[in-house]
Amino acid sequence: MSGLPPAFSPRSLDEACRTLASEPGLVRVAGCTDLMVATPERRLAHPGLLDLTGIAEIRGIQESAERLTVGATTTFGELRQSPAVRARFPALAAAAAQVGGWQIQNRATLGGNLANASPAGDSLPVLLALGATVVAVGPRGRREIPCTEFHLGYRRTALAADEILAWVLLPLLAAGTVQAFRKVGTREAQAISKVVVAMVGRVDDGRIADLRLAAGSVAPVPLRLKAAETVAQGLPPGSEAAERAGLAAASAVTPIDDVRSTGAYRAWVLERVVRRLVLELGGS
Amino acid sequence: MRVELTVNDQPVTLEGHPMERLLDLLRERLALPGTKEGCGEGECGACTVLLDGQPVLSCLVPLLQCGGRRIDTVEGIAHGPARGMVEGFVAAGGVQCGACTPGIVVTAWALLERNPAPTREEVAEALAGNLCRCTGYEGIFRAFVKDLPKDSAP
Repeated sequence: MSGLPPAFSPRSLDEACRTLASEPGLVRVAGCTDLMVATPERRLAHPGLLDLTGIAEIRGIQESAERLTVGATTTFGELRQSPAVRARFPALAAAAAQVGGWQIQNRATLGGNLANASPAGDSLPVLLALGATVVAVGPRGRREIPCTEFHLGYRRTALAADEILAWVLLPLLAAGTVQAFRKVGTREAQAISKVVVAMVGRVDDGRIADLRLAAGSVAPVPLRLKAAETVAQGLPPGSEAAERAGLAAASAVTPIDDVRSTGAYRAWVLERVVRRLVLELGGS
Repeated sequence: MRVELTVNDQPVTLEGHPMERLLDLLRERLALPGTKEGCGEGECGACTVLLDGQPVLSCLVPLLQCGGRRIDTVEGIAHGPARGMVEGFVAAGGVQCGACTPGIVVTAWALLERNPAPTREEVAEALAGNLCRCTGYEGIFRAFVKDLPKDSAP
């Protein structure tokens, strides 16, 4: 069996970190739904593998008074079925329900979506809009990385080579906060998105407040749409705020043409989706 | 690496590359060619098997993650508990070219085990990851929405 890469299946985060420190270059894997799509030459060429799915402490969902803590290897199937996620973060439940089909949802993980760092990752705009934080664990201990600082460039993340993405922290939102998620793909199910948008916001004293908008598939990284947030913030909810936010969103991005769509179509759809999501805040 | 698992109720030991696909192991090493390769990239659902009772795409499951797991393939399911379901599926016109059929049988069986009387919407959602380009899904809906709860009773 010479020539086969080493493969490890640690049972604890501590064991995983020690293994990663002693065997640099191991590829950290979870649901494998992106990794296994590679050509056989690439799939079989990894120098070594570290399977994170046997680590109980980084799987599952825990709720406290301030936040939900989601283990990185929690699957999208588990997320969409979790009563806590459905009650607290319906936008995340909605995104989880649109990641691939049932078979993919049974395997694909939230941490994998983050670490794989595709600009089309369905959960990523939701995590941005929810103000989520990634917890990475490595030889230098534990550090928290806001999702807004996690994706550095096309398929590049702030996760160090010797760190493990362990948890995602979702701060609970104020009562009355509206959440929305919209994915536009080739068809309703099992399609990689052309544009994906998430919104979190509320109406305070007749004005739009705490608005956070984020989009995927419109830039090399999932993006907070700050210009759109700024123009709508403080306005009364309704068509004027929605229209301004949509236009600001579209003019803030320069999406690319690729096999799934054209840049022009993506910008056009982004404008309309942002407008409709902001309308969900209420008003006329 | 050497991995011990259970396939269709039989204990099996497999040795191979940790990133070898469960799909290839089933078809080429275990002589279970009922599981089909459609796209090989997680888009079509033809290679669906049950992993610890959950439908998954065997083209995306590496040997690395098969240790101690229970796999049920279309052979085990269709010749076992789902025999009546499969007969109803054929009678309803759910099969044309047959390329998607093993994956649909496995996924539908997983659905019916959880929900013996699914609605059309529930069948559509469960089978969203199983592409059929022949039937337009109508025969498939007929089989699983109406006929099946009766036929599949043990």
